[in-house]
Amino acid sequence: MKFNTRRVSALVALTLAASAALTACGSDDGEGGGGGDSASTITFLPKNLGNPYFDASSTGGERAVGEFDGTFEEVGPTTATPDAQVPFINTAAQQGVGALVVSANDPTALGSALEEARDAGVKVVTFDSDVDPEYRDIFVNQASAEGIAQTQVDLIAEQIGEEGQVAILSAAANATNQNAWIELMESYAAETYPNIEIVETVYGDDDDQTSFDKTAALLQSNPELKGIISPTTVGIAAAARYLSTSQYKGQVALTGLGTPNQMREFIEDGTVTSFALWNPEDLGYLAAHAAHALVEGDITGEEGDTFTAGDLGEYTVGADGEVLLGDPTVFTSENIGDFDF
Amino acid sequence: MSATLTKPEPHSAPGPGAGTPGRGAAARGALGAALRSREIAVAIFLLAVIAVATARNDSFLLTGDGWRDLLLTPSILLLLAAGQMMVIVTRSVDLSVGSTMALTAYLTGRLFIDVPGIPIIVVVLAGVALGAFLGVINGVLVAYAQVPALVITLGTMYSYRGIMLTWAGSDRINASDMPSGFLALGTKSFLTIPLLTIVAVAVVALVGYYLHTARSGRELYAIGSDPDAAKLYGLKVPTRVLTAFVLCGALAGLAGVVHAARYGTVSSGVGNGIELQAVGAAVIGGVAIFGGSGTVWGAAIGAVLLVTINRALPILGIPDFWQRAVVGALILGAVVLDRILALRQARKFDEEREG
Repeated sequence: MKFNTRRVSALVALTLAASAALTACGSDDGEGGGGGDSASTITFLPKNLGNPYFDASSTGGERAVGEFDGTFEEVGPTTATPDAQVPFINTAAQQGVGALVVSANDPTALGSALEEARDAGVKVVTFDSDVDPEYRDIFVNQASAEGIAQTQVDLIAEQIGEEGQVAILSAAANATNQNAWIELMESYAAETYPNIEIVETVYGDDDDQTSFDKTAALLQSNPELKGIISPTTVGIAAAARYLSTSQYKGQVALTGLGTPNQMREFIEDGTVTSFALWNPEDLGYLAAHAAHALVEGDITGEEGDTFTAGDLGEYTVGADGEVLLGDPTVFTSENIGDFDF
Repeated sequence: MSATLTKPEPHSAPGPGAGTPGRGAAARGALGAALRSREIAVAIFLLAVIAVATARNDSFLLTGDGWRDLLLTPSILLLLAAGQMMVIVTRSVDLSVGSTMALTAYLTGRLFIDVPGIPIIVVVLAGVALGAFLGVINGVLVAYAQVPALVITLGTMYSYRGIMLTWAGSDRINASDMPSGFLALGTKSFLTIPLLTIVAVAVVALVGYYLHTARSGRELYAIGSDPDAAKLYGLKVPTRVLTAFVLCGALAGLAGVVHAARYGTVSSGVGNGIELQAVGAAVIGGVAIFGGSGTVWGAAIGAVLLVTINRALPILGIPDFWQRAVVGALILGAVVLDRILALRQARKFDEEREG
């Protein structure tokens, strides 16, 4: 009997362990950052530090701030959690910086901290990832969903000669961004490229191994496949890795959203000819100029306001205080050497 | 691996899977037969899956990629299942193997980035050594602190993953960060058999040989069958349990290196949830979750089946969302089958005792 009880409890414990393993883990707090003290200071607060993507956006921001003789600051937590961003917002408000440029880890959790900062006279610009519109002056949007969807479909159409079967390797099945893009890709492809058939969508869960194995399965189960679109940086890198060592290399085209550092190898060995992503450096550059225009009082964040963002040219504020960076940047063997993120 | 092999004991070589000292020879033979049939049953099921998938789409087996992936994809889980099986046999479990694998995969990438020109063999050994070290921590806590392995390794699973998240952060190792000679190991083949598969099968064979013939290997079964009896009998229970955890950790470490070579990308999510697949593989292959019986062959076939079925389901047209459910049903089926066989066995023993 004793043995049986032990068996049962072991089984129960294993079940508990299994469910515990399903939940994600840990977070920790960020470290303090320095501060400027003049109203010409533009403070960048990315989701987290040490992230190549945000390193690139901050590089762009710093370049912009240099152009209008302001002071550039970058602060941020080491992990991408909303609670870790709050102290940095409070500090910036106390220092009375001119503007805060934030990529938010949560659309609402930063709300009250941002409200306090704005009451203290700090202009708030969000970029990359927005908060609810009432908490900020302007959101600099990296790309519209339509732009992202169309760019990827155009790229694959160009690579496969505008006809044939195409499959999509997505992130998780419930990823909001990806699902919106996939829907737009399907309708855009149906309208613009009648000879392209999107045969299947599979989900790699933004996991290298799963995406890799799903790519293998896609190629096996669709022998007529001409191309794969992967609108996620993890998926496209895994698919490229599989293709680069497979008999389908050069026969099945691959494009999607990827970062140049992940994809460099596969552009160089010819597995991938082109892929897209918005340019985070331009994103930071535009966000800094938008912040500057707010600080100078050139714009207030109303729809229809226009401002000049250095060498990117003139931008108009759209509905809900949104400024759109433009179409994604397309990376090929020609230009990939110019990017490091 | 081979350093821990001790001389085969001539007098202690019962059938594979048997291993409860003190039970009658007839019972031992019967148990061995039942377990042998279990492995054969799983193997037949595996062959059936391959046959059906190939009939549906011949590229599953008959193209160069299909044949290679069929052999190559299970290699990581094979390593983990072989290690996990040794731990489970001692009536423990190691849930930290996924996190261990993540750490060694990241270490692999970091070594290539931070020490340019480092020989590949040094990196492989470093990965195995780190895995073994993490296994020592598990083993010491389980064997000497007398805390159930489930609790300890659940804790170390999160701790190791936490270290990984702190160390790697949002950084990721890309294929271009690692030398092409190392990445080529991920797909290199001899006579159409991928190198990584050869490594994994060799490891399984070594583990099988160790468990089957070495005295310390046999003692793992004895400990799992009845820890108290094993202690009374004078077996060095803590040392043996520690050994099992160190070997399991070392194999998880090797699996991390293999992951880096095969997938070419290492992010902080490597190996998330794979520990349960390793346990699942062992259970499907007939390794009793309460220790004392099962073979590494069973665990290995279970691992291949788990991976292959995952790859076959899309080809059979099972929608993405149902595939996990099928795998879950498979594990449940294996456990239920295990229970039925155990009950039947127990009834048989009772009858023999009475008769």
